[in-house]
Amino acid sequence: MTLKTLTAALLLAAVAPLAAAAAGDGEALARDNCAGCHALERPDYQALGHGERATRKGPPLYYAGNKFRAEWLEAWLQKPERLRPAGVFPPAAVTSGPDGDVVDPTALVEHPALDANEARLVSEYLMTLRPHDDLIAAVTYQPGTIAQRMGELNFTKFNGCDACHQDAPGYGGFSGPELYTAWQRLQPAFIAAVIADPAAWDPNTLMPNAGLNEAAVGRLANYLKLIGEKQP
Amino acid sequence: MNLATSMTAAVTLVLTLALPVAAEPQQGKALYDIYCTQCHGVNGDGKGVNVPAMSVQPRNHTDRGEMSARTDEELFKAIKHGGKSINKSVLMPAWGGNLSDDDIDALVSYLRELCCGNGG
Repeated sequence: MTLKTLTAALLLAAVAPLAAAAAGDGEALARDNCAGCHALERPDYQALGHGERATRKGPPLYYAGNKFRAEWLEAWLQKPERLRPAGVFPPAAVTSGPDGDVVDPTALVEHPALDANEARLVSEYLMTLRPHDDLIAAVTYQPGTIAQRMGELNFTKFNGCDACHQDAPGYGGFSGPELYTAWQRLQPAFIAAVIADPAAWDPNTLMPNAGLNEAAVGRLANYLKLIGEKQP
Repeated sequence: MNLATSMTAAVTLVLTLALPVAAEPQQGKALYDIYCTQCHGVNGDGKGVNVPAMSVQPRNHTDRGEMSARTDEELFKAIKHGGKSINKSVLMPAWGGNLSDDDIDALVSYLRELCCGNGG
């Protein structure tokens, strides 16, 4: 065995266990860095009651693999931008002002940024968390088109989504996540399923069930597609 | 029955009746803070953080006159089935998919305390 071959063999021996460990690294990284604010396992909602919602520092991630688009998740973790104008639990960041309630920016917590390797490992792990494959499988929604004006009417006048959600920067409420990038970050089937029955995903969600039929859910999902695809 | 026995019986009765009633508005307040303040305001005055985006002002729950004009049944219906169910705004959503009937009863009880200072 030449020195060169020996070096190569030693290198291979050193690298192989690291590569094997890497598959589990995402989980370890998530447990060490994400679990403090995000539920990586389903909370015992029945025992905790609605009060659980008030204790959240981040959205639950135990169904991340049924929710997010993998490529968006990996990119966002490296360059996180605020999705919820009033934070994860709005009452915790809202104060009463002379003209009504306002968001107190000092009460909002910034999400830490991960480096490219960490973001890949963590998003790969999170995408394996899919306890709600059944809810996704039950979705009949097929992405389609809707005219801007009709989409807007569905989002505002017909269903009142804009009371809590923004469909363009600065247009809409503050307490829900902004929805002009929803299509980029969420799986289409998740969008349809969560509009149809939000509490099936999260018993303590602040998103109400509007009792919409499949066609009405489809119109809203198609509107999110329309506005989302216009985003950079 | 002597005086002491009847007093004890009366106190026990009052406590038995009073405790669940007293607990309801407290549970109602916790639910109100989580679900309702985003639109109805942290003080219940209809000036929630979402209001600048809304075409219809949410109900001011501290307004005794406005709230007295609504029955408990109407309040329950509006919370469970949404504003449309009582010919009010679609911006008031139906919370029946999120809250149980007991939760909504507790909210109605708290609304009465908020508007009118009584426990239900």
